[in-house]
Amino acid sequence: MASKYSNRTFMGYRRDNGRAGVRNHVLILPVDDISNAAVEAVGNNIKGTLAVPHAYGRLQFGEDLDLHFRTMIGTGSNPNVAACIVIGIEPGWTKIIVDGIAKTGKPVEGFSIEQNGDLKTIMDASRKAKEFVHYASELQKEEISISELWVSTKCGESDTTTGLGSCPTVGNMFDKLLPEGIYGCFGETSEITGAEHICKKRAINEEVGNKWYKMWEAYQNEVIEQFKTDDLSDSQPTKGNIEGGLSTIEEKALGNLEKIGRTSKYIDILEPAEIPDSGNGLYFMDSSSAAAECVTLMAAGGYVVHTFPTGQGNVVGNPIVPVVKITANPRTIRTMSEHIDVDVSGILKREMTIDEAGDNLIDMIVRTANGRNTAAEALGHREFSMTKLYRSA
Amino acid sequence: MTGIPHLLVHEHDDNVGVVVVEGLKSGTKMLCCITADNSTFELEAMADVPIGHKVALDDLKKGDTATKYGEDIGKFISDVNKGGHVHVHNLKTKRW
Repeated sequence: MASKYSNRTFMGYRRDNGRAGVRNHVLILPVDDISNAAVEAVGNNIKGTLAVPHAYGRLQFGEDLDLHFRTMIGTGSNPNVAACIVIGIEPGWTKIIVDGIAKTGKPVEGFSIEQNGDLKTIMDASRKAKEFVHYASELQKEEISISELWVSTKCGESDTTTGLGSCPTVGNMFDKLLPEGIYGCFGETSEITGAEHICKKRAINEEVGNKWYKMWEAYQNEVIEQFKTDDLSDSQPTKGNIEGGLSTIEEKALGNLEKIGRTSKYIDILEPAEIPDSGNGLYFMDSSSAAAECVTLMAAGGYVVHTFPTGQGNVVGNPIVPVVKITANPRTIRTMSEHIDVDVSGILKREMTIDEAGDNLIDMIVRTANGRNTAAEALGHREFSMTKLYRSA
Repeated sequence: MTGIPHLLVHEHDDNVGVVVVEGLKSGTKMLCCITADNSTFELEAMADVPIGHKVALDDLKKGDTATKYGEDIGKFISDVNKGGHVHVHNLKTKRW
């Protein structure tokens, strides 16, 4: 059924695999930490590229290595990336990542440093990166329906105002746009603790709810129980959360879950950095609650715009995905306004309804998709943080 | 509702509310609003409470459950009077 949101469109980039992108990056991606220097050199040489150095990629194995490859391939495959250079120390793992990204049909080329050295690798990769910049800068935007957006969410530096204002704003947006056909994503496994009974019930059916609960329980048993020293009271809630008035993980979790609104139901569970393949709808991604890690995983899952409610003022951004910040906290508006894209503090004054706030957020999502730089983009926040499951070999 | 509220409460069942103005002083007769239906009531603050922090809506005893969003958010570890400041000094998780 047509709603007032059905006719909304944005100007975006249509990729060869049919997906819609809202940014047009030429990405310079290292396979591993020791290739960062070459990647940064190429990024410096060729204007209009984006180097994303990171800390991992050597001697990982098993599930942790799978996650590394999934994150690398997913990042390069994201529709906000027009073309991608991959640089690794050796050709084997480099090729795995190049082949994975190539499935999208976008230009991608790999370079390896062994038996070439940094300087030759940098020269060869820079020549190819320059070609890619010419290619990407000639791509034209086209009008695309809002229904083709993939929107993820995660909140950070939460306080009691996030549960009252900014999280319900995101929830209202999902309640309005999921029926239009968008893909949605939420996660933060540890932060659902205290609201797991409610989250389980928000699955599309009992089978998915049980799958979710099993995943949540595994995290409790395998991570919390194995590694906790006394209790998690200094980590969950965080010191920032406590400053903002959150006293317990239950209180934090209930506020967090406001992000999925009143009517939205999740249709499946994703592994970290997994690209959804069950059709449009809302997904739960098994993910850390650490802001940069979580946004990086969701970006690797193919989401092109991230909505980020904050209370005390989390400043996180992402290299390839615009992160839209929403706050209801008037003190944060007063002290950190340069980090905020959508001010919903009127909700606390009872001057703005959640419905109005949700519409304001939808407007900002469309403006962001059209090209408006978010606060995090303008301030240069490009946090690219890998999730690591255990020690390397 | 007339005026900007000092305190917001999610649900009628809740026994704590959230201060939503900066610099709230002890003795302030707070305008309180239950967001579920925008109904209002008045409550006197018994402490200076920072924005975002909670206030007890009743006299609450050690061992009582704190209720917010209509849900269990932990247990009181000491008594707190109606209008008093509720936070990590008198409220603790039941989880860890």
